[in-house]
Amino acid sequence: MVLKAFFPTCCASVDSGLLVGRWVPEQSAAVVLAVVHFPFIPIQVKELLAQVQQASQLGMAVLGTWCHCQQELEESLGHFLEGLGTIFSHDPWLQLCREKGTRCWSCKAIYHQVSSSPDTPSEDQVMLIFYDQRKVLLSWLHPPMTVPNCQAGDVTASARGLAAIFDTVSRSKMLFHSDRFDESPVRLSHWQSEGVEASILVELAKWASGPVCLLVASMLSIISAAGTWRLWNLWPLSFIRSKLSACEQLRHRLEQLSLVFSTQKAQSPTQLMRKANMLVSVLVDVALGLLLLSWLYSNDRIGQLANALIPGADRVAEELQHLLQWLMGAPAGLKMNRALDQVLGRFFLYHIHLWISYIHLMSPFIEHILWHVGLSACLGLTIALSILSDIIALLTFHIYCFYVYGARLYCLKIYGLSSLWRLFRGKKWNVLRQRVDSCSYDLDQLFIGTLLFTILIFLLPTTALYYLVFTLLRLLVVTVQGLIHLLMDFINSLPLYSLGLRLCRPYRLADKPTALQ
Amino acid sequence: MEDAEDERSFSDIRGGRLSLRCRDYSPYCREFGLSSARLSLRTLTAVTCAVWLTAYGLFTLCENSMVLSSAIFITLLGLLGYLHFVKIDQETLLIIDSLGIQMTSSYASGKESTTFIEMDKVKDVIINEAIYMQKVIYYLCILLKDPMEPHEVSQVVPVFQSAKPRLDCLIEVYRSCQEILAHQKATPSP
Repeated sequence: MVLKAFFPTCCASVDSGLLVGRWVPEQSAAVVLAVVHFPFIPIQVKELLAQVQQASQLGMAVLGTWCHCQQELEESLGHFLEGLGTIFSHDPWLQLCREKGTRCWSCKAIYHQVSSSPDTPSEDQVMLIFYDQRKVLLSWLHPPMTVPNCQAGDVTASARGLAAIFDTVSRSKMLFHSDRFDESPVRLSHWQSEGVEASILVELAKWASGPVCLLVASMLSIISAAGTWRLWNLWPLSFIRSKLSACEQLRHRLEQLSLVFSTQKAQSPTQLMRKANMLVSVLVDVALGLLLLSWLYSNDRIGQLANALIPGADRVAEELQHLLQWLMGAPAGLKMNRALDQVLGRFFLYHIHLWISYIHLMSPFIEHILWHVGLSACLGLTIALSILSDIIALLTFHIYCFYVYGARLYCLKIYGLSSLWRLFRGKKWNVLRQRVDSCSYDLDQLFIGTLLFTILIFLLPTTALYYLVFTLLRLLVVTVQGLIHLLMDFINSLPLYSLGLRLCRPYRLADKPTALQ
Repeated sequence: MEDAEDERSFSDIRGGRLSLRCRDYSPYCREFGLSSARLSLRTLTAVTCAVWLTAYGLFTLCENSMVLSSAIFITLLGLLGYLHFVKIDQETLLIIDSLGIQMTSSYASGKESTTFIEMDKVKDVIINEAIYMQKVIYYLCILLKDPMEPHEVSQVVPVFQSAKPRLDCLIEVYRSCQEILAHQKATPSP
C-alpha cells in the first residue's frame, strides 16, 4: 500500500525539527500532529509522548524528521538527522524536506527492517496529504450505530478508514495545550502554538455551569417531589389533572429541564445533541412567551379580551338556540317525529339556558382570572397555548355535553334496534358462546318485540339527525384544539440547535469525510 | 515530477461536444475532467424573447403592466437559478490509490459540489447499460460495498450524470480507473 503522510498545513513553514504523531499500520498512514524543534533532550521528548499516550489512549511516537532549510540538504545536517533515526527508532522513518522560499518538497520513507525474501518490491512512494488541524479537530464525526457485538470499551473498532485519522487528531488535545510562550523544556509547533485559542465567554460559562447545574437540579428535584404527593391522586384532582393539557405540558417541560440540568455529563454526541436541542427549545419557548406576555399586557388587551369573551359566549349560545329551533322545525326538508323532536329540543334548550346563566355568574371574575392566568405565559409559549386549549375546552363544555347525550341516545337506539331485529328474524344473541343462535319465542314476546321494533325504527331519523349535528359541532371544537396541540408539539420537538449547527458549522454534523481539496 | 496531461474531444448521447482532460499526477493518482459546452447565446436569446413576447401578449389582453415587470423578474431569477442549480459546466473524477475517489461538479455560476468516497467502500468501477427514455445508454458507475460485508454491493453511484458521454469516452476512463484499482487490489490492507 502507498504510504500516506498526513501533514498539518500550519507546520509547512516552521523550522526544522522532529515529527511526532501516530502511525496507523492498517492503512499505512502516518498522522503528524506536531513538530518538535531543536534543541531538545530526547528523554524529555519521550516523557512528553508517554504522557500524551496515557491521556489519549493512542500510540504516540516520533515519526521522522522535518527539514526546512536554505538550500539543498547539507552534509552535517544530513548526518545529524540520520543519527536521530537511531535514537528514536521507528519503522518506517520519514524524512520530509522543504527548501525555503520554494515549493519543492521531498519525502522519503526508510524501512529499517531487512526484508527476508529477496524479491520484495522496492519501497513505495510517499503520498503527502495536507490537513487543516483546526477544522479536523473541531469536526465531530458522528459514526453510525456500532455493531451490537462490539464492546463499549472497544474504541479501535469504531474508527475505521479515514475516521481513524479524525479520531487521532481529536483525541490528542493534550498535545496542543502548550504553546510557544510556555517555558516547557520541549518546544512544539502545531495549530495552537501561536497561543491557545479560547473564548472568554465559553470558559466562564463552563466554569459557571457546575454550580448553576447543581442549584437548578436541586430546585427541580424539590418541585418534582412536590408533584408526586399522594394528595394529587385523590379522585377529583387526578381526574382534572388527566383532562387538562396544561398539566401534561408542565410535566413534560419539567422532565426536559431536569434532563438538561442533570449533573452527569453526556455520554455520546447524540446525547449531547439532545440536551442542547432541549435547552435551546426551552430558551426559545420562554423568549416567545415573554414576547406574548409583553404584547398581551400592553394597551390593556387583557381587559379587552375579557370584555369580548362574555358577548362571544352569548353569541355562541344564541347560534346554538337557532340551530335547535331549526332542528325542531323541518330541517333540510326532512319530516321529523314531532313529539320526540320537541322533547329533545326543549331538553337541550334548557341546558343552554343553564349554561348562559353560569357564564353570566362568572362574568365579574373573568378579567381577574385571565390576568393571573396570562402571567403563566412567562413559563413559555407552549404553556400559554396549552392553557388556551384548556380554556376553549371549558367554554365549549356544553357542546361536549350535547354530544355525549346525543351519542348515548343513538347508541341505545342502535343496540335496541339490532337486538329487536334479531328477534324479528327469530334469532338471539348467545352471551356464553358469543354468537347468534336461533330461538323460539312466545307469541306475546314476538308481538311486543315487533311493536317496539317499528317504534324505534320510525324514531331513528330524528335521533340520527341530532347525533349527526352534535358530532359535527364536537368535531369542530376538537379540530381547533388539535391544531393548537400540533403547534405546541412542533415547538416542543423542533431541533433548533442541530438546525443552527447545520447552517453555521456543517462540519460538526458529518458522519464521514466529505471532500478533499 | 511532471504530470502527463492530454485533452481530447468526444460527444455525448445527444451529439453535443464534450472535452475530456486526463491528468496523470502520478502512477496512483489520476484526474478526469469532462467539460460540456457552455450556455449558448442563441438559446438564451431565444428563451428570453419567447418569454417576453408571451408577456407582451398577455399585457395587451389584460392591460396590466405588472405582467411585464413580473416577466422581467421571472427571466432574471430563472436565469440565475438555472446557472446556479442546473447548468453543470464541468465534472471531475479524481481517483487516488488507497485514499479514495472524489467527484466534483462545478456549476456555471461557480458553485462546486463535491462527494468523496473512501477506498474502503469502493468495490469496483464498471460500465453499465440503462434504458433512458427511448434510448439505451452506457454509463460509468462506482459500486460500493459495506466494509462489514465485502461480497455484497450496497450502493451504485453513477458518474458523469449530467455530461452523459458515449461509450468511447467511458472506455478511456474505465481503463485508467481499472489500472489504479488493480494496483489497489494487489496490495490489500493488512
